[in-house]
Amino acid sequence: MGWHKKVLRVNLTTGSCTPEPLNMEWAAEYLGQRGLATKYLLEEIDPKVDPLSPDNKMIFATGPLTGTAASTSARYSVITKGALTNAIACSNSGGYFGAELKFAGWDMIIFEGKAASPVYLHISDDHAELLPADDLWGKSVWETDEILHQRHQDPRLRISAIGVSGEKGVLYACIVNDLHRAAGRSGVGTVMGSKNLKAIAVRGTQGVQVKDPVRFMQAVGEKKQVLADNAVTGQGLPTYGTQVLMNVINEVGALPTNNARDVQFEGASNISGEAMHEPRGSENKPNLVTNQACFGCTIACGRISRVDKEHYTVKNRPEYWNASGGLEYEAAWSLGADTGVDDLDALTFANFVCNEQGYDPITFGATIAAAMELYEMGLITDEETGGIPLKFGSAEALTKMAELVGKAEGFGKTLGMGSKRLCEKYGHPELSMSVKGQEFPAYDPRGIQGMGLTYATSNRGACHLRSYTVASEILGIPEKTDPLATEGKAGLVKAFQDATAAVDSTGLCLFTTFAWSLDDFQPQVDAACEGEWTLERLSELGERIWNMERQFNMAAGFTGKDDTLPKRLRKEAAKTGPAKGKVNGLKVMLPEYYQLRGWDEKGVPTAETLQRLGL
Amino acid sequence: MMRSLTISPDKCTGCLQCEMACSYENEGVFNPVKSRIKVFVFEQEGRHVPYTCTQCADAWCQNACPTEAIQINAQTGAKEVNEGLCVGCKVCTIACPFGTVNYNQATGKVIKCDLCGGDPACAKACPTQAITYQDANWTGYDKMRSWADKTNTQATAQA
Repeated sequence: MGWHKKVLRVNLTTGSCTPEPLNMEWAAEYLGQRGLATKYLLEEIDPKVDPLSPDNKMIFATGPLTGTAASTSARYSVITKGALTNAIACSNSGGYFGAELKFAGWDMIIFEGKAASPVYLHISDDHAELLPADDLWGKSVWETDEILHQRHQDPRLRISAIGVSGEKGVLYACIVNDLHRAAGRSGVGTVMGSKNLKAIAVRGTQGVQVKDPVRFMQAVGEKKQVLADNAVTGQGLPTYGTQVLMNVINEVGALPTNNARDVQFEGASNISGEAMHEPRGSENKPNLVTNQACFGCTIACGRISRVDKEHYTVKNRPEYWNASGGLEYEAAWSLGADTGVDDLDALTFANFVCNEQGYDPITFGATIAAAMELYEMGLITDEETGGIPLKFGSAEALTKMAELVGKAEGFGKTLGMGSKRLCEKYGHPELSMSVKGQEFPAYDPRGIQGMGLTYATSNRGACHLRSYTVASEILGIPEKTDPLATEGKAGLVKAFQDATAAVDSTGLCLFTTFAWSLDDFQPQVDAACEGEWTLERLSELGERIWNMERQFNMAAGFTGKDDTLPKRLRKEAAKTGPAKGKVNGLKVMLPEYYQLRGWDEKGVPTAETLQRLGL
Repeated sequence: MMRSLTISPDKCTGCLQCEMACSYENEGVFNPVKSRIKVFVFEQEGRHVPYTCTQCADAWCQNACPTEAIQINAQTGAKEVNEGLCVGCKVCTIACPFGTVNYNQATGKVIKCDLCGGDPACAKACPTQAITYQDANWTGYDKMRSWADKTNTQATAQA
C-alpha cells in the first residue's frame, strides 16, 4: 500500500512500453522516489556511462505518499546520470504531474535507449504508448503543453516536457511540468533531450490506497496543523515564498554577489520577497499576483507573478503578459545578486524564459556571472557576445542572454556549457563557482560555514537541498548554531543529509522540515506503507541512500579530491558584513565529516560501514 | 440553524486538499476524479476557483428526476441522491445549470455534494478557509464586514 507496486519500462530504442512489478525487496530497503530509483539506476547502468549516450537510463519516480492526502504529496524525482556533472543526478519537482502519474497507477517510469526520431509518451491509466513528436521538436515547454492539451482534448492532462534548450544540448536543461515546476538541476532535461523524448503526458483515474486509512488521516490532520502553526511554514513561506530569505541572507553577509566576489548586494531589497508585494510599473500593481500550492500542499510557497507590460523585456510582446511562475529565492539570487542586476521585472522575465525553454536558472545565473567576470578581464569580447556588453549589473545582458541560451543560439551556445566548461575554455577554471561541475546556490559558505561542507560533499554537485544547514545556522531550526563557526558542523551536515535523503524518498516536500522532523513523517509513512516503518528504519534509510549515491559517484570516477570548494571561498575573505575577514573552513570540517560517516581519510566508505548499512 | 458551503476563491491556493478529502470521505480512496468538489486553475491569471453544488432551494436536479431519487435532507438542506432509486438516466446532469451533478461510470448512478451529512470534509481539509461552512442566512457576513471596515468613517462620531 502507498505503492501501486507497478513500474512502466519504456524502451525508446525498440518503442516498447512494458509494465513490470516493483521490486518490493528494494522498496523495503529504499522506500521510494530518490532512494528506490537510485537503487534501480545503480543496478541497471554502469556508472561510467556517458550521460548522453543511449546506455544511460532516466527514471521518473514517485514516493509511496505521492498523491495521498498528506500535505505536500506532490513530489516526484528524476534520477539519472547528470549531463552537467557526470555524477548521480536526482532532481525533485512538485506541481501536479507526480500525483497524476500515481493516479494512473504507476510508481515509476524507467526510460532506456534512444528513440530514432522525436517521441512523447502518452499515459492514460494502464495504457501507455509512444507517439511521434516531430511536430513538437523545436517548440518551447509552453507551446508543447498547449499543443498536447489540444490534441488529446483533455484539460486535465498533466504534462512534463523539455524545451529547445534540452533538445539542443544546453548542459543544464530541466524537465518542466505544469508550465513552471521543474526537475531543475544537473541537466536531467539534457539527458531527456539526448533520448529524443520531448514530453510525457499523463492522465490517471485510479487513485491511491494506503494501508490504514483511518490512522493515516488522523496523522495527516495532526501534521497539517503542525505546518499551519509554524512561523516559517504557516506564515513566512505562504506570504513571501522562499524569497522571504533575500533580505535575511544579505544582512548576515552570505549573499554571493558579482560571481561571489562579494557577500552582500546593494540592490538586495529591490529584488526581495517584500519588493514583490510593492505596487510598481505602468499599472501600479505588485509583481506578485498570488501564491500557489503544488498538489496537496498546505504551505503554498509558490509565486505567481507578472512582468509589467511596459517593461522593456515584454513591451509589445503579449505572449509574456500572462501570470506565470514567479521568482523563488534561488533564482532571484542567481539572476539578480550574482549578476549584480536589481531590476525585479528583468529577473522575472528571465525566470519566465527559463521555464518556457526549460533550463536551470541557478546554473544559468552563476554561468553568466562567471562570464561577466571574464568579460571584465577582457577575455570575452563584444565580438563573441554579438555586441552585447556582459557587464555586471546589466539587466539587458541578462535578459538577452537568457533568450539566447533558451534557443542555444549565438553566445547562448557557449553559456549553455555551464560555468565549469566556460571558465576552462577561457583559461580560468577557478572562476567557476561550482563543485563536481554544478554551481552552488544562494548561500555564501564564508558567511554560513556549514554550507561549505554541504556543497563540497553533495553527491549531485553543489546544492542547498542536500543538507540545508541554513535552517540551523540562520533560522535556528531545530536549534541555533553559529553560522561563522566550524565546530559541530560535520555532525550537523551528516544529520541533515541523512534525514533529507529519507524525506526525498517519501513523496513529500523537503520544505515541511522547517516544521517537521522525521518523527512527524514516521506516523504518516507507517500508516500508509506495508510493513513497520519505525523512526530507526527511516534514519538508517537516509544514511544508506547517501552512501549508495557515494558508491555510484566513486564508481563513476569521483574521489575525495572532488569534495572541495572553489578557491575563492577558501582563500578570498569576505569583505563586508558579519563574516568580514572569513574564508570557509572546509579543511577543518571535512576530516571530521569523513570520520563521522565511517569513511577512510580519502573519503571512501569502509567495508564495515557498507556492511552495517547492507550495501 | 441551517448552514451553507461558502467559497472564497481569492483565498484558494489550488492545493486540492478539498478534492482529496471529498473522495476519501465518500469513496474511501484518494482520487480527485471521484471528488464532488472541483478546483479550477486559471493558469494565465493566477486564479484558483473551487466549485461545487450550492444546494438550490428549488432544485433543478430534483425537479427533473423522474424517479424522485433526489431528496432533501431535512436537517442540512442538502439535495441527496438515493442510490436505490437512481436509475442513472442523467436527466439531472442536463437540468443542473451549474454542472455540479455528474454521472459515475463505476456505479451507474449520479453523484453530487451531500454536505457530508452536515460536516463537510472539504471545508475541514481546506488550509486557507477558502471553503467554509457557515450560517445559511449570513453567507455574506464576512464580506459585508470587510467592506464595512473599508468605509471612510471617523473613529469618533461628531456631536
